Amino acid sequence: MIYFILICILFLLMIGASVYAIIQKDLLYAVMATGIISLILSILYYLLQAPDVALTEAAIGVALTTIIFVITIRNTVRMEDESDKKEKFKSAVK
Amino acid sequence: MDSTLFHYLDYAVYGTAILVMLIGFYGTMVKKSLLKIVISLSVIDSGLNLLIVTIGYYKGGTAPIFSPGFLKNFKDVSKMVDPIPQALVLTAIVIGFGVTAVALALVIRLYRHHGTLNIDEIKNLKW
Amino acid sequence: MKKVLVILLLAVLGYYTAATFFDIGFGQPHFIKGLEPVKDIYLAQTVKTLKVSNAVTSIVVNFRGFDTLGEVTVLFLAVTVLGSVLYKKRHEVGERSVLFSASSIVTSGSKLLFPAIILLGAYVFIHGHLSPGGGFQGGVIIATGFLLMLLSYENYSVSHTALSVVESLAGITFAGVGLLGFLHGGTFLQNFLPTGVLNNLFSGGIIPIIYIAVGFKVGAELTGVIYTVLHEKGQSNG
Repeated sequence: MIYFILICILFLLMIGASVYAIIQKDLLYAVMATGIISLILSILYYLLQAPDVALTEAAIGVALTTIIFVITIRNTVRMEDESDKKEKFKSAVK
Repeated sequence: MDSTLFHYLDYAVYGTAILVMLIGFYGTMVKKSLLKIVISLSVIDSGLNLLIVTIGYYKGGTAPIFSPGFLKNFKDVSKMVDPIPQALVLTAIVIGFGVTAVALALVIRLYRHHGTLNIDEIKNLKW
Repeated sequence: MKKVLVILLLAVLGYYTAATFFDIGFGQPHFIKGLEPVKDIYLAQTVKTLKVSNAVTSIVVNFRGFDTLGEVTVLFLAVTVLGSVLYKKRHEVGERSVLFSASSIVTSGSKLLFPAIILLGAYVFIHGHLSPGGGFQGGVIIATGFLLMLLSYENYSVSHTALSVVESLAGITFAGVGLLGFLHGGTFLQNFLPTGVLNNLFSGGIIPIIYIAVGFKVGAELTGVIYTVLHEKGQSNG
């Protein structure tokens, strides 16, 4: 029973994080949500008896993909609609 | 009562994976920002990998590693989880990282050339 | 209007995908009765002939070794495309796009952690045929260690020549071990070395050699990706 509730919480968190990653206008928060998806995914792989895949997903999805997205956002724009990018970006960096 | 709950859980695994995939597809079709589209592609990747690993799972199965304890106690190979989808997903995750890196490099290049990431302003690519 | 159309399309797609997968069933053995599934043959051969403990490693390197060779090639092509898309003139090299310098806690802590991360990565890919892990995981862990150093030290640099030499040597080892199978009188990537005893470090024939080569190659390639993207100069608004 407790196992069932924990798994359901993981599923709901994963769906919620993916919805948040799509609808969020601030791209930095969206990238953090994809990192959360990868973290939950590596726990699920471990529960599905796939330790090799869990190791790979934890290393690539959480660390490397997130940092590459963050560097790209740093080099381009942070907001999705770009109408007020100058002010938002300056306040974010300072 | 417990068995019915676990029956629902069976559908919940597939349902979550497919739902995450569909959310990613929605993002690729509706969103205008190029970076958002790349984020959606990575979300699709996550759901698809979970779906493929889930096919190979067996109830009560062990991980496909022949530890000394397994060899002493069980000795039954058919009690193990299917290792082939795991091997496929293992390579797919690494390839997905390479694809994401190349896509982001192209995004940086496009931003340098056009000064915007909105796909409507770059070209009439959307329907 | 467009969103409604997209949601309708996705509903149809989701219905048929879900119907297919619910038919397969979760956690049930879904094979035809009377036929032996391929996973049982792979698992039995893994433990009986190859003497490898980790079945995923034996499938990735031995049964599907050609696939792995192609995958490593795709990764190499991704690094090449990344370098050519983000090209820059020679005098602009060396400007880091991340502006902030790290605090002294981060710098001294990362100096302490870096050898431990590299050691963990090497352990993971050397013991790939005995425990969970392998070349891909170990290479990624090593790349994470270099990422930590690149983020905490502003003028920490990785030599591109050394990276390409390591990468080429690892690739030549992979293909050369495969070609030695030809000389031994078999097929490409044939397991021609003695397989040894199960659960020993020296077991499995050519599998540990190839996975160590893959570990070096993946580590060098991903470090190159991070280095290239991190040294991308920022636009004027940043």
